[in-house]
Amino acid sequence: MIEVDLREALKRGLEEALDTDPRVFIMGEDIGEYGGAYAVTDGFLKKYGPQRIKDTPISEQAFLGAGIGAAAAGLRPVVEFMSMSFTLVAFDQIVNMAANIRYMSGGQISVPMVIRAPTGAGVQLGATHSQSFETWLAEVPGMKVVCPSTPYDALGLMRSAIKDDNPVVIAEPALLYGSKGEIPEEYYEVEIGKAIVTRQGDDLTLISYGYGMRPLNQAADELAARGISVEIIDLRTLSPIDFDTIFSSVQKTNKLIVIDNARRTGGVMSEVAAEVQEQASDWLDGPIMRVGSDDVPWPYNRGLEREVLTDAQDILKAVKDGYGL
Amino acid sequence: MAISTKSSSRTSSKQVKSSRNGAGVSKGLGESGVVGNIDHLDLFRQMYLIRQFELACGENYSKGMIRGFLHLYIGQEAAGVGAISALRADDYIVSHYRDHGHALARGVDVNRCMAELFGRATGTSKGKGGSMHIFDAAKRFMGGHAIVAGQLPLAAGLALAQQYEGTDGLTICFFGDGSTNQGLYHETMNLAAIWKLPVLFFLENNMYGMGSSIERVRAGGIDFYPGMATYGIPAAEVDGMDVLAVRELTEAAVSRIRSGEGPQFIEAKTFRFVGHSLADGQKYRGQEEVGEWEQRDPLSTFPLMLINQGIATPSQIEKIEAEVDKQIKEAVQFAEQSPEPDPTEIATDVFA
Repeated sequence: MIEVDLREALKRGLEEALDTDPRVFIMGEDIGEYGGAYAVTDGFLKKYGPQRIKDTPISEQAFLGAGIGAAAAGLRPVVEFMSMSFTLVAFDQIVNMAANIRYMSGGQISVPMVIRAPTGAGVQLGATHSQSFETWLAEVPGMKVVCPSTPYDALGLMRSAIKDDNPVVIAEPALLYGSKGEIPEEYYEVEIGKAIVTRQGDDLTLISYGYGMRPLNQAADELAARGISVEIIDLRTLSPIDFDTIFSSVQKTNKLIVIDNARRTGGVMSEVAAEVQEQASDWLDGPIMRVGSDDVPWPYNRGLEREVLTDAQDILKAVKDGYGL
Repeated sequence: MAISTKSSSRTSSKQVKSSRNGAGVSKGLGESGVVGNIDHLDLFRQMYLIRQFELACGENYSKGMIRGFLHLYIGQEAAGVGAISALRADDYIVSHYRDHGHALARGVDVNRCMAELFGRATGTSKGKGGSMHIFDAAKRFMGGHAIVAGQLPLAAGLALAQQYEGTDGLTICFFGDGSTNQGLYHETMNLAAIWKLPVLFFLENNMYGMGSSIERVRAGGIDFYPGMATYGIPAAEVDGMDVLAVRELTEAAVSRIRSGEGPQFIEAKTFRFVGHSLADGQKYRGQEEVGEWEQRDPLSTFPLMLINQGIATPSQIEKIEAEVDKQIKEAVQFAEQSPEPDPTEIATDVFA
């Protein structure tokens, strides 16, 4: 095993794909000369050249759309957005073209494209740069959406995403680029559509993904210190959702807290809660408690932003309110 | 419904101008000097096929066999046929929602096109696409696309792949004047220009974006090609009612693209003789204007020119018409007799 941060894991996944598959190329704003807004592609231009590392104009719709065309012709583009918030500018292309074209063509045309974007609040970028629209994209048929919380998952999901014949969104938690973890030296993949139980427990299930795993783990540690055995699930893939893993856990613990780092309303965890209610309510001892960030535009002020953001205290409160623990 | 346009008015005594008299021929791109080895009768056959296909669509829309939005290409045949006839089989074609004509000009199976409009399992997209979304990947016909201007970057991306793989293939992208006020139009022109992509932007300027005349919605008049100077994209206009002029200008543009000169832009001035869709009562324009353009109907002028110049005989023309009429009848029968898609098809083709 080697210890790397999440940025390095993503970088390895991209380099590996560039090294082994000539159809893979990367494009995005300032990914080449500048090295990437979050430095994931730093050094790539020198190593791989301008044919495969394409700096684009600030034209999200056009370069995302060009990625769709290149993918439709058989290449495997990786398109980087500087922020998940900026995907909004290209939503027409992502939804109407990338996600729909296979169905509209009766299966004739596939779009094997990866869309990468840093996501989430927490670094005082204000309302327009802090949003998490992976939750919107997860609703779109034809799209796959993943969100790693560890370097291991980041590399494993990157490998799977680039090999996938469908458009795959990788939502990269901006606050976690520097977070460290171990990856094995031997090759592995993380399957898209599979959640993981990262800690076994009997009393209570906590589920989140991406940056939400950080406050979740803090809350779980605190509960453990109080003698409560918590089962932790990292969803990892937002679409398609691995409900089987969630149902199994609920059947064991009978208590479920769902945690979204994005806004509470209309998020992926709303969907998890609804599905568990419908399919597994007999197993529940109490209400599914939903934790998410406040339903307001992201404030700039540090104190206000932290207050809006989901934290361990929000989770502990939900555990107490829902189950008296 | 305004589909009364007849295709066989060549008995008209009106003198037809030769397409080579310069009126509609290239400005700016340079002339190739030769029309080349053009099968004139085949061009006529394709235009006539499209016209009759569209008339049959209108008829079956009235009968309720075709639903949704139906946008007919009637009047614009010379533009699509002239342009596509200048391409190779390995070139990609990207179209807009008025896509039947481009698909047929590419040689997409007539029966399967009609079946798609009928929503049948034998359709080009198994009945899942409809009129605005005809695809035939094997023929590199990469779709009709129904978000205005949404198809432009797709074409740029296909061209990017052709460039990336080092081929001399190219992509032609059809779009209408209605798309030119979208940001994506300008974004794509810029992207194609800075990357020197092998893409031919083919504007079918039919003077109206749905019910809005370009004069009402665009600052700067009805000519778009001069605006390409902003992006350094060579651009020219052509008489879109003149199939040979379109063919000639397209050949010139295609040859420049193949020799690595990057994107080119052609603006074909054309006109749809019918409404935007079959839901359109055309309250926004007078029949006088339509009538003026109908005088230049390529389905009348072109065969007359062929006969006048001794390129074809009336009996050759009539033979083609009879063959196509039969083909269209059979296509409608094929569509009518084709099965509805099975409900198990609902969830297929979502993911690869």
